[in-house]
Amino acid sequence: MSDLLANLYLGFGVALSLKNLGLCFVGCMVGTLIGVLPGVGPIATIAMLLPITFGIDPTGALIMLAGIYYGAQYGGSTTSILVNIPGEATSVVTCLDGHQMARQGRAGVALGIAAIGSFFAGCVSTIFIAAIGVPLSKVAQLFGPAEYFSLMVMGLVFATVLARGSVLKAICMILLGLLFATVGTDLVTGQERLTLGIQDLSDGIDFAPMAMGMFGFAEIIKNLENVETRDVVQQKIGRLMPNLEEYKQSAWPIIRGTVVGGILGILPGNGAVLGPFASYTLEKKLAKDPSRFGKGAIEGVAGPESANNAGAQTAFIPLLTLGIPPNAVMALMVGAMTIHGIVPGPQVMTKNPELFWGMVASMWVGNAMLVIINLPLIGMWVSLLKVPYRLMFPAIGIFCCIGIYSINNSVNDVVSTAAFSIFGYALVKFGFEPAPMLLGFVLGKLMEEKLRQAMILSRGSFMTFVERPLSAALLAVALIMLIVAVLPSIRAKRDVVFVED
Amino acid sequence: MKRFIAAIAAAGVLYSFAASAQTYPVKSIVMIVPFAAGGPTDIIARFVGDHMSRTLGQQVVIENVVGAGGTTGITRAATSPPDGYTIMMGHMGTHGAAPALYPGLKYDPTAVEAVGMAASTPILIVAKKDFPARDLKEFIAYAKANAGKINQAHAGIGAVSQITCALLNSQLGINPTAVPYSGTGPALNDLMSGQIDYMCDQIVNLVEQIKAGNIRAFGIASPARSPALPDVPTTIEGGLPEYQVQAWNAVFAPHGTPKDIVARLNDALGKALADDVTRNRLLGLGAVLPGKAEQTSEALAAFVKAEVARWNAALLKR
Repeated sequence: MSDLLANLYLGFGVALSLKNLGLCFVGCMVGTLIGVLPGVGPIATIAMLLPITFGIDPTGALIMLAGIYYGAQYGGSTTSILVNIPGEATSVVTCLDGHQMARQGRAGVALGIAAIGSFFAGCVSTIFIAAIGVPLSKVAQLFGPAEYFSLMVMGLVFATVLARGSVLKAICMILLGLLFATVGTDLVTGQERLTLGIQDLSDGIDFAPMAMGMFGFAEIIKNLENVETRDVVQQKIGRLMPNLEEYKQSAWPIIRGTVVGGILGILPGNGAVLGPFASYTLEKKLAKDPSRFGKGAIEGVAGPESANNAGAQTAFIPLLTLGIPPNAVMALMVGAMTIHGIVPGPQVMTKNPELFWGMVASMWVGNAMLVIINLPLIGMWVSLLKVPYRLMFPAIGIFCCIGIYSINNSVNDVVSTAAFSIFGYALVKFGFEPAPMLLGFVLGKLMEEKLRQAMILSRGSFMTFVERPLSAALLAVALIMLIVAVLPSIRAKRDVVFVED
Repeated sequence: MKRFIAAIAAAGVLYSFAASAQTYPVKSIVMIVPFAAGGPTDIIARFVGDHMSRTLGQQVVIENVVGAGGTTGITRAATSPPDGYTIMMGHMGTHGAAPALYPGLKYDPTAVEAVGMAASTPILIVAKKDFPARDLKEFIAYAKANAGKINQAHAGIGAVSQITCALLNSQLGINPTAVPYSGTGPALNDLMSGQIDYMCDQIVNLVEQIKAGNIRAFGIASPARSPALPDVPTTIEGGLPEYQVQAWNAVFAPHGTPKDIVARLNDALGKALADDVTRNRLLGLGAVLPGKAEQTSEALAAFVKAEVARWNAALLKR
């Protein structure tokens, strides 16, 4: 314990130096901005800023780059809530209830609770990293391909719960998402699948064009349908901050979201994307009145936003304690460390204590800064909604197109966004929801990879999934959840049948 | 109006001179790196590009165009106008193994203009920590005896870890179960947890895990031991001298780029490799730098021809 305090003292000494405070602030500010701008993600930004960090010492550089990453998680919720555009996989869930709240004139409340939830999650997971980061990193080692696959199966079951309407339609959408995920180069043979000979599809469909098309642009087209509902968002602004009742409603979801998101964030292979989905599912299941979800339930914003931010921070654990990056952004951080002559590995903590503890401390400092940056901005964001829709939608369209183009400098990405927006609009018209499809898509790639790895390792025996205890337990949970999710709808149908009789 | 016409004329003159070596470069140069930012090739490109910018007086901008084992980015670079403003950082995969791996490849690695070799990173043979062997000889014996049982990881078709291990396997005459991962990180994770028996990869990705004892190195496929891992014997010492392979990275320009521009770029690259700061940064990665004789464009062009032939032989055999 005294060790921990001494280490934290060292860390805060590093993080609170004037220069590092400045870098942390710059990182958080840039992160917030790119989070708000649809399409421009932390990967592109950090890659762009890498050369600038040449002149800075490694600790300062990493503090800034880390700030960009978790700052983007804060900012990402803004576009999800205001205009229903998820910039990243982790903010898809925030769209569901967050945007509904905005439509009801509670945009400020949604943004406020997202910021506060994120701050709480950020603080708790920072302590988490400092206190038990090292033993926790062992958890990552328990997860082989089989365990990972079972976890993803469990994740897919979450998707059925995400649906506001028919479970059957939700399952169809999940399967469609999985199908989309199979587009691209086959992992084992290197053959191209379902690419129609198009070079740009050889690495599969990108998440951003799909998410922006199906959520953002489809929403715009829908809004343009009729003049009356077009101005829904801006008619009333309402309060900017949550009231006591809303705080009470959100307290537990925030705590639960932090725990769920934090644990999933440690897992290798981008387990953090599951966090918000898991938190949303949990809240909907625990709620006294689940029907409120999807119609502007504050728990549906508070929980996933906390999970999202907790996951973003605990994702640093495998990087800092094992030297293994769990996702693409962390892989970039590995590069940033390597550029500065620090090859990430298990010894970073002992060989570069000022770097390790400085970064941990800076995360807490950064979270505090983000709240200070974001809370006053809420008023500004909300007042953006007062802009007439005829001016707003072209602006959103242009920003999205620029953002999508900037990810890969590719015109084809913009074209595929257009295709997905038409597809997304058609789906909405037929009563299918895009969220389960996106989850299926996000998990699909990972699932296929892990399934095939597990099957190769077991030499083709499916028993590997039940023989390995952790994997079996995860599958059992998935099965139970599926039964719980499907039973009521079966029963409901029976009732209908009986009525008709 | 007169001034306007004069300006247009001046711009036209400037443009026509833009391609000549006297004025080159008049604007920033894009160096396409066909892999994600933060990987070994990207880092080498950034170190070298940083110093080349100073020599050339124009910024060398790194653009990461990823996909299809690096061939997406190289295809884009190779089909860019050959004016010296788009160049590429190619590597062993894109300019060596790609013709064997991708039958429909849209560029010819031997036809693009070779600028110069940048840096190579040695390949290591590593295994899980409780692999039942003490040295490379025992590793080979065990691998041959248990070829049906052991698992080898790689970071995807076309990745350095895949092609270099394919070479090893073909030299040993074994055909183990290859488990593909999407990237080195997850593969390393499963190697550390013991689900995977062995893999081959670049030193920079492995060095810290070896030092920490999480995995074991049986040999380094270079002529001399690496200062980063002085305890790891070379494959020559270990009894497998034919396994010599390095993940090399070299600068290329699109086919048809004027010779004088290629020479300017080669000169800037050479100055970068002679600079102490850049050298030390590269050596810090465990990289091996080319000698003066290997730095010429001609040497690289000949080397690429040999590499393409070598990988065709190794990868198309089975």
